[in-house]
Amino acid sequence: MAIQVIEGYREVAPAKRAEGEAVVFDANGVYYRQLNDAIRDAVASGVRHVIVENANGQRYIGAGLRVPDLRIEVRGTAGNDLAAFMDGPAVEVFGNAQDGVGNTMASGKVVVHGDAGDVLGYGMRGGRVFVRGDVGYRVGIHMKAYENLVPIVVCGGKARDFFGEYMAGGMLVLLGMNTQFPNDPVAGSFLGTGMHGGVIYVRGEVEPWQCGKEVGIAPADDEDYKALRPVLEDYCGSLGVDLDEVLAVPFTRIAPMSHRPYGKMYAYL
Amino acid sequence: MPATFIQPEFRVKIDYDRCHKCGRCVQQCGWGVYDFNERPIPHDEKCRACHRCVTFCPARCITIERNPLAYRDNDNWTAGLRKAVWKQAETGGVLLTSMGNPQPYPRIFDHLLLDACQVTNPSIDPLREPMELRTYLGRKPDAVKVEPDGAGGFKLAEDGGMSRNIELATPIIFSPMSYGSVSLNVHKSLAMAAERCGILMNTGEGGLHEDLYPYQDHVIVQVASGRFGVGPEYLQRGAAIEIKIGQGAKPGIGGHLPGEKINKEVSSTRMIPQGTDAISPAPHHDIYSIEDLRQLIYALKEASGYKPVGVKIAAVHNVGAIASGIVRAGADYVYLDGFRGGTGAAPAVIRDHVGIPVEIAIAVVDQRLRDEGIRNQASIVAAGSIRSSADVAKAIALGADVVAIGTAALVALGCHVCQSCHTGSCSWGITTQKPELTRRIDPEWGAERVTNLIHAWSHELQEILGALGVNAIESLRGSRERLRSIGLDEQTCRILGVKPAGM
Ligand code: SF4
Ligand code: SF4
Repeated sequence: MAIQVIEGYREVAPAKRAEGEAVVFDANGVYYRQLNDAIRDAVASGVRHVIVENANGQRYIGAGLRVPDLRIEVRGTAGNDLAAFMDGPAVEVFGNAQDGVGNTMASGKVVVHGDAGDVLGYGMRGGRVFVRGDVGYRVGIHMKAYENLVPIVVCGGKARDFFGEYMAGGMLVLLGMNTQFPNDPVAGSFLGTGMHGGVIYVRGEVEPWQCGKEVGIAPADDEDYKALRPVLEDYCGSLGVDLDEVLAVPFTRIAPMSHRPYGKMYAYL
Repeated sequence: MPATFIQPEFRVKIDYDRCHKCGRCVQQCGWGVYDFNERPIPHDEKCRACHRCVTFCPARCITIERNPLAYRDNDNWTAGLRKAVWKQAETGGVLLTSMGNPQPYPRIFDHLLLDACQVTNPSIDPLREPMELRTYLGRKPDAVKVEPDGAGGFKLAEDGGMSRNIELATPIIFSPMSYGSVSLNVHKSLAMAAERCGILMNTGEGGLHEDLYPYQDHVIVQVASGRFGVGPEYLQRGAAIEIKIGQGAKPGIGGHLPGEKINKEVSSTRMIPQGTDAISPAPHHDIYSIEDLRQLIYALKEASGYKPVGVKIAAVHNVGAIASGIVRAGADYVYLDGFRGGTGAAPAVIRDHVGIPVEIAIAVVDQRLRDEGIRNQASIVAAGSIRSSADVAKAIALGADVVAIGTAALVALGCHVCQSCHTGSCSWGITTQKPELTRRIDPEWGAERVTNLIHAWSHELQEILGALGVNAIESLRGSRERLRSIGLDEQTCRILGVKPAGM
């Protein structure tokens, strides 16, 4: 049967080889579905270290996987919805990631050594996502915490508009350090609009015009640093960033003024 | 000044000569209408005409009357509009209400009539002949491969091209109503009924409580913009997954489940802290285009082992084109929710003025998908005030595969359509989380009542099919020739693809 080609990708199983304990898949030109099938099959057969090399925008890597001791290494560019709905595994991308990283993720850890795109961490309720560089629009929208599940996202570069919109829980951190846009503000507009839970920390200052009217802006205090420090240690350790340099600039805390921003909006008929 | 200009809508009348002074009414009313001082004393202004007290009064001495207070007649400035202005002048708030649109727009179902056989092509007796209601929800292939079965016939080849469909014993499922908007006992009643009837219930956007796990093969799990309760386990448990884009009662807007309704159990199922508002943003912020929708559909398929994924939208002006995009995005079914669909809470201005009737939406979408040659690629689920088996038959004749019922199932459980769900104090224990009220519904009792309703409607559907001279619901699907209109204008008839009676 002729091999189907979809948007330039071939519908074939990826070439596979062993590298120590790890299984390596060559994603070059392989359609996402066959790649992810191969990853799932390997995990089902007991493999706990998967390397995807020559990744070139394949979507959904790690999506829906629920194996806590699994490690997935992506060499190249991870496509949209990396680690979507993921619950447990650790994913590390040596390259950039596209949109939707950690979409509705439940637990686990994603480390991106490059930049990441839009809607990172949408609806995320647990685990950690660390990005070394810049992130796009709508990052951390509607993150939420529940009991011991507290999602944490740290972005090393700058962010575009709607950072932390509708945020309901967890911690979002923006460092503004490793950026391609040295002249832009650290975040775009509508920062924390509709926010009703959780906390955003920004390294440096933010202007009130950037923020939604539901939030209060204040310099980070000792309590904040107590929460922030272990997160930044983990971040710096994961990405080889200098912690002292990160902490050399004071942080700003952005937090909701009410956990019921729309409580008084209605009159009951 | 008086606290309000708004006079009570109802009057609670008690015949004290017959009253036992037992206080039953005091205890039954969820809205605290009654004080008790040697005898029950009603506060009319709180009454919502839910008839709970009337039903449970052992002396049958209570009646609820409309307040006869006259307003100067004015078809333009109705009493309702005057009251709405007073309410907003008092509060400055968005008027919040519930259940479906009660306004007197034309009800198209009531202007459609079904056909029947007479003399030639005789009708079929459903009591004697098999009458097939079984329906498959999901994508049908463009073509299938068959191979000889060795006995002179053919069978579907392995990998013959069939995609995963869900078998329904009858073309009726329950519409999404979240745990949080309704009580857990309602969810259990519906899940148990779905299992018994061989159909599906739908979690709505509030997550799946673990008490429903035994029924998971009969549960559609919903993914809405707030992503409440959504995780890989949730996706993997459901029989199908539904992306909620819109709802007929409130197209284009999100939902706010007020913090008061987020008690411990609701909070654990939604996976959010107690007492915070559960805010569903108006759009999914990862869906701004058909391509984005496709991305989410396939993310859900990847995360769930390729379960069927449907997309629910409110019926709005351009519904044909929207549905076509949804089907092309890879949805296994399109769920059309008409403007009369119910809700646990919606701003009155949206509920009463936004969207289009589901009858129109079904006809337009069915036609559009046929014209584009993709009708087989997705099932059409229709909802938004399906009130009887006649509505079911008409919806299917217009082109739906399956209908979904919400309000009808709640009415079976005792709902009196008093439009007060948003208050969280439903006397019937349906749309409330107060334990003293929710225990009024025993899931076993509830499941039986809802099962009875589905069975009764299914029998009626068989009668209708028999009268039409066909023996399978498949033969009625999209068969608009079996419908005639009465009292609809020419344009509407053309859009519906239905001839007027007499033609
Ligand atoms: S609200 Fe219902 S229970 Fe309460 S007085 Fe009115 S009819 Fe009776
Ligand atoms: S569910 Fe309860 S509150 Fe809502 S309309 Fe029915 S009886 Fe009234």
